[in-house]
Amino acid sequence: MSAGTSSLAFPHRHLLGIEGLSPDEITLLLDRSESYVEQSRQIDKKQSLLRGRTVINLFFENSTRTRTSFELAGKRLGGDVINMSVQASSIKKGETLIDTAMTLTAMHPDVLVVRHPESGAVQLLAEKVDCAVINAGDGSHEHPTQALLDALTIRRRKGRLQGLSVAICGDILHSRVARSNIALLNIMGARVRVVAPRTLLPAEIERLGVEVFHDMAAGLAGVDIVMMLRLQTERFHGSFVPSIREYFHFFGLDYAKLAAAKPDALIMHPGPMNRGVEIDTAVADDIDRSAIRQQVEMGVAVRMACLEVLSRELSNRAPAK
Amino acid sequence: MTARSLFRNARLLDPATGLDRPGDLVVEDGRIAALGGRLTLAGEGETIDCTGACLAPGLIDMRVELREPGFEHQESMQSGALAAVAGGVTTMVALPNTEPVIDDMALVEFVARRSRDVSLARIRTYAAATKGLKGRELTEFGLLAGAGALAFTDGGQAIADAVVMRRALAYARTFDLLVMQHPEEPNLAAVGAMNEGEVATRLGLGGITPAAEVIMVERDLRLCEITGGRLHIAHVSTAAAIEAIRQAKRRGLPVTTDTAPHYFALNETAVGDYRTFAKVSPPLRGESDRRAVVAGLKDGTIDAIASDHSPHDQDSKRLPFASAASGIVGLETLLPLALELYHNGHLSLLEALRPLTERPAAILRLPAGRLEIGAAADLVIFDLERPRRIDVDAFRSKSRNSPFDGRPVQGQVLRTVIAGRSVFMHRD
Repeated sequence: MSAGTSSLAFPHRHLLGIEGLSPDEITLLLDRSESYVEQSRQIDKKQSLLRGRTVINLFFENSTRTRTSFELAGKRLGGDVINMSVQASSIKKGETLIDTAMTLTAMHPDVLVVRHPESGAVQLLAEKVDCAVINAGDGSHEHPTQALLDALTIRRRKGRLQGLSVAICGDILHSRVARSNIALLNIMGARVRVVAPRTLLPAEIERLGVEVFHDMAAGLAGVDIVMMLRLQTERFHGSFVPSIREYFHFFGLDYAKLAAAKPDALIMHPGPMNRGVEIDTAVADDIDRSAIRQQVEMGVAVRMACLEVLSRELSNRAPAK
Repeated sequence: MTARSLFRNARLLDPATGLDRPGDLVVEDGRIAALGGRLTLAGEGETIDCTGACLAPGLIDMRVELREPGFEHQESMQSGALAAVAGGVTTMVALPNTEPVIDDMALVEFVARRSRDVSLARIRTYAAATKGLKGRELTEFGLLAGAGALAFTDGGQAIADAVVMRRALAYARTFDLLVMQHPEEPNLAAVGAMNEGEVATRLGLGGITPAAEVIMVERDLRLCEITGGRLHIAHVSTAAAIEAIRQAKRRGLPVTTDTAPHYFALNETAVGDYRTFAKVSPPLRGESDRRAVVAGLKDGTIDAIASDHSPHDQDSKRLPFASAASGIVGLETLLPLALELYHNGHLSLLEALRPLTERPAAILRLPAGRLEIGAAADLVIFDLERPRRIDVDAFRSKSRNSPFDGRPVQGQVLRTVIAGRSVFMHRD
């Protein structure tokens, strides 16, 4: 399907997660993203597709990268983008989540981009508002645009997703990136491994369609893609690993461990990186192997595509009450 | 003048004696005066035709939260008692997790007075096992029992400190009192919001391992053994804990246990897409644990069924799952959900009623739960077969937090009688 003339519908009002998307829908989003990669490399990056539309970035959790990425995506499509940061302390009382939703919906936004520290919170909010909602990360549940941008990065570097072997390494337990990537890669026919100490793996993770490893050498053997995850120390309740030193020794990615992967294996990281914790600086900055910067570029394109397909849906609906 | 009434042509059911036969029951001055085949009144009185209906001892719900004093916007003794009688419950026992906490004689007496004021279902209370439910200092077991507290518990919080629990059991034995424990290792429970497993992993929710239950149960069984204190383990939900209790009973330990309807009527998949109405403590478990609860009821390892009635307002439930309050309102669904076990062929009718009548009465030493001549005429008359859907909007409770809304069930309470007085009558 050529980008720009895609006729396939995206029959969802919201983008709350990867789970529930079909291979065709994911392919549609990736194909649309391709055209936005090109657009973002032009001097004039702006379109008017979202002219007159309002996008609100509603972040209940600190984020610079994702919020900026969504902000740029909305602006490059010609939309009006507002950023709202709600301090975690004031949302502890959960009425505020619903209250915030009701307040915002009265302002007639067209798209809400929401990040929240609790799993399921974005869905709860989506049930209460009239507009389209994009999940920009909810707790340890999903972060669908991250998985899409990872998939776009892989597809551009490897030409495909089907049949690739992908190792996701590190703090799987707390990672919404891992859950969304596991879902997407399985839907698209890749083989997924997870590599982590047992304390950082949730129960029955194998039921999500992954092969489980507790050793980097075995887990990385022959893989095409090495995805490192950030050690999310802010989500740690208690001690999951005894020390950073020990963690890096056994699970941090350096050239020695990377040697087990295919010679052309791609290194990815959703950022922000803890250098010397889960990834060695030299590996992270290796321009031949690391796709980490490219991931950031793809992020804007993918978010433009998501905003586009969801607003296309919007135009078919009556204006909000 | 003697007040008399005749309940005519009922299916008389009494799990305590194995009675299951058609017949009549006569009440005089609030007490059961006669039961058997064809009876007549010895004078003036009311005749209540029970043709086609079952007549059983009024249900005893051995664990409810009534939110009074302190949280009357969620429930009160009045609304809770209305819900109780609509559910066929004639005696219920409240947990002490109110504000203030029921850890003082005056508060136990307050519950008794309010029960008399409300004058619907009989409301009894547990007292806190530790002052302020803080898990450190024991309350005045002897004096509180004298004031009417039926047993000692920290409600939904486990008594975590093994020394405190040991002393509670040992001290309780001094007065032959009962200690009721919430069976959950608190640190293992604190990291999760639902049962650990595939569902929690998919939803990105912290999981509570089923082992958190058996760890606490096995510890407490050891403490029960060395102290000889009577131990009641509340709402068991896992196969491992039920098996541990089964073995302990075989060894002759003074231990009893109960479960709640949601642990045999639902499993963890009820959480679905973060349905906070399915959030309870202990959490809904996997299917194999659910089946073990049914088996535990069948072989009598699980003595009683309590509703775990836990009313919450909408604001407490319309939250992200991990932040939402735990609990289900249960008084008005207790009987139909227990009867599912009969309709599904898991239990006989008397086996389904025993955990709601004779067993909790025996555990708490209440003079109730039997059709016995001379006993208070606390009765429930119900249609065993009538199909309907549970409708939370019809609840008398102030709260609506039930995952059972819309569930098709069989069984409808027709009339609830307390001391001979009809306190609830169903209207179609």
